[in-house]
Amino acid sequence: MTDASPQTNATASQGPQRRSMVKSVLKSPLGALSVLLILAVVLTALFAPLIAANDPAAIQIFRVNAAPGDGYLLGGDGSGRDIFSRLVYGARNTLLGTLIAVGVAAIVGVSAGLAAGYHGRKLEVGASWLFDALMALPAMIVLLAFYQALGASIHLSMVVFGVMLSPGFFRLTRTLVKGVKNELYVDAARVSGLSNLRIISRHILRVVRAPVVIQTSIVAGIALVIQAGLEFLGLGDPGTPTWGGVLQSAFENMYVSPQAVIWPGLAISITVASFVLLANSIRDQLQHGGPPARLPKLPERRSVFDRQAEADVLLSLRGVKIGYPGTSGWREVVHGVDLDVRRGEVLGLVGESGSGKSQTAFAVLGLLGTGGHVLDGSILFDGEELLGKSDEEMHGLRGKRIAYVPQEPMSNLDPSFRIGSQLVEPLMTAQGMSRREARAHALDMLGRVGLPDPKRTFNAYPHEISGGMAQRVLIAGAVATYPDLLIADEPTTALDVTVQAEILELLRELQAEFGMTIVMVTHNFGVVADICDSVAVMRQGEIVEQNKVTDLFANPTHDYTKNLLAAVLDDVEVRRYSPPKFAPQEAAQ
Amino acid sequence: MLKYLSRKLLSGICLLFIVSAVTFVLIFGSTENVARNILGESATTEDIAAYNHQLGIDRPLLVQYGSWLQGALSGDLGDSWTRNQRVAPSLQSRLPVTLSIVGVAVLLTGVFSVVLGVTAAVRRGLADQIIQVISVVGFAIPNFWLGLLLVLLFAVHLQWLPPTGYVSFSASPKQWAAALVLPVAALVFSGIASSSQQVRGAVIDALNQDYVRTLRARGVRRSSILYRHALRNALPAALTVLSVQFVALLGGAAVIERIFAIPGLGSLTVDAALQGDVPVLMGVVVTLVIVVVIVNIMIDVLNAMLNPKVRLQ
Repeated sequence: MTDASPQTNATASQGPQRRSMVKSVLKSPLGALSVLLILAVVLTALFAPLIAANDPAAIQIFRVNAAPGDGYLLGGDGSGRDIFSRLVYGARNTLLGTLIAVGVAAIVGVSAGLAAGYHGRKLEVGASWLFDALMALPAMIVLLAFYQALGASIHLSMVVFGVMLSPGFFRLTRTLVKGVKNELYVDAARVSGLSNLRIISRHILRVVRAPVVIQTSIVAGIALVIQAGLEFLGLGDPGTPTWGGVLQSAFENMYVSPQAVIWPGLAISITVASFVLLANSIRDQLQHGGPPARLPKLPERRSVFDRQAEADVLLSLRGVKIGYPGTSGWREVVHGVDLDVRRGEVLGLVGESGSGKSQTAFAVLGLLGTGGHVLDGSILFDGEELLGKSDEEMHGLRGKRIAYVPQEPMSNLDPSFRIGSQLVEPLMTAQGMSRREARAHALDMLGRVGLPDPKRTFNAYPHEISGGMAQRVLIAGAVATYPDLLIADEPTTALDVTVQAEILELLRELQAEFGMTIVMVTHNFGVVADICDSVAVMRQGEIVEQNKVTDLFANPTHDYTKNLLAAVLDDVEVRRYSPPKFAPQEAAQ
Repeated sequence: MLKYLSRKLLSGICLLFIVSAVTFVLIFGSTENVARNILGESATTEDIAAYNHQLGIDRPLLVQYGSWLQGALSGDLGDSWTRNQRVAPSLQSRLPVTLSIVGVAVLLTGVFSVVLGVTAAVRRGLADQIIQVISVVGFAIPNFWLGLLLVLLFAVHLQWLPPTGYVSFSASPKQWAAALVLPVAALVFSGIASSSQQVRGAVIDALNQDYVRTLRARGVRRSSILYRHALRNALPAALTVLSVQFVALLGGAAVIERIFAIPGLGSLTVDAALQGDVPVLMGVVVTLVIVVVIVNIMIDVLNAMLNPKVRLQ
């Protein structure tokens, strides 16, 4: 229920969103410019007789290849016709051809994509093959080959070209539909007995709409260029003025009247450019709700810490604020975190997803996601300030004294390289080992983390091992340099329950053996009870409580911690470790 | 791997067969006016019937296709209707010209789009914005117009390069290169513009992968992350982009060869289309589909070799 409702809201709010979408595209400078230009071309085509000064077919023999001026705004062509008037009338033919190609492409591609995406397997395989095959054909050559069969009208050629352009729409729609097909709200619609047609038209077309508009705009540009190209080659009805035809005539008289080459090309380019710009500005609106914001200026770090941590504190954070660039300045996700991690202890950093616990951990590593920045505060590691260190300086710590174990084991191994090389490479760069030393050490570590056949794992690719094995590999990679501090970001969340226990056991052993300090990011109090000495609870970018594990479990002071603990009580694992006395009252709340 | 390869090959042969059949039916099915066009207005009905009989287009379509296919399988694509030439040899002499132009163009597209795409992905900011602008401009300027502008500037105005013509590589490598500069420049611009965008996207995707952070956390240097790991993982996407570009360049060559009077497959196609030389058109389509199928299989094999999951099977 809670899962489904935001989704439904999202769909329900698409209506107003779309209206504001059109508005915001029109408001962005490039969007407005492109719409204006397209509108200008359309109006030119509609009102050609009013705009053109001369009959586009009228020949004035003394005006052959005439220079611009004197009634011929852009000069005369090789037969003495008014280039400007021919271009104005040419807009008609050009736009019609483009419309035909785009219309055919969209109708064929989108409907086939909907069907293939929604009905799945068999239909999809056949249709995909067919559309892939279409993409393998050089369109220009095919259109040339069919020219005699299709007759002099360029518009029939554009129908064929429309079919050749349909794979783009097909792929796009199929992918989008497959993505949305298994969403809960589509399931719900199916369960409630709506017909497939209704589901497609109500729910799925809604998702497909904006990307299809973008694709349409781009395809319009392609179609226009190809059409002009065919006309330039002399295909099409010679009686109709076209942009490509005007360019051809200019080409034939290029040595006499070179300037005539410029105008038809400009007409084509500007129109095509406005189609692309329109597509880009819609895409920008879709992606960020605005044009990509310039990186906001980094605020001055207000708090200057000239401090020393207590001797037994390995990692000390004060007032750490983390932000990401948003549409209007920095969006702060962590609001001033204070945290002390003592040497040799295991600290649990607990909180629900989005509480900022992982961001805090990445900040210590100096590896925030794209655009992320520590805006303020101080991070002392073994008495040394980390903030303000260059990447090169951080490089001296990462992979030597500070190590990292990620959450999702499979996605944290590069699929294109053997596991061995991914372990050896960092040992060689960070530790300066020779290849042979690094190889021997990596094999040792793989054995140490409990992999039954280190050599086999060393030579395997990531896709050849299981998730649990991959996590052991990543732990081996992290502890291979005997780091002082190990930051583990939910190291067991993605694993099976039985494997979880083994991994925690392994971390506990390694911690005891190497005397590492561990910061364990987790949302699971079971993990905390199992392995941690102390715990810090985070919520909405702030630490609300920090204490020894036993004290915190026995006597949580902050309401949020109490709620968290109460929520965990259903979990069987926790009871096994320390049955808290306050449980009944808290659970009753 | 062998199974993968044979499946691709089979799919290519299917494609070739279907395309040849469809093309044949479409272009041989509408040959009523051919004799009239070639013989002129003064020809009598008997003349036309005799000529149709001579060309063999008075037979049922299926019979025509059967005999064409039989010939094609043994490398004989029939006679041209407008030139006193057999189709297969004339294709054979023109294909290398087109392939040399398109080959150089693909190579340049690959190099430039990787350099520009990686730069844009890594440096973001100004470099990124400049490349975005180039991509819009490149998309909007049609290659034939760019070709004319280049001729006007470099051949007519500055007279640095020959405006038209083609010299084979074996005759004079230097003149061959000089003749290729302008047509290739006109051809590659839009391809570079669009491919560099896609390379940029692929590199950004690769750099955003989880394993990049993990490798960085283990002390792997930025340069190694970019050139070893990110590029390696972006490579399949880049190769696919190039194979699409190759098809587009083959089409673009038709127009460009016309402008620069280059005796390649493209100009042959344009002439044949305007004159209704159906056997030549048929031959061109089949030849180019074969070329595209071969290139696509090469790219597929390359991609399969790059992907350990496929390679190890």
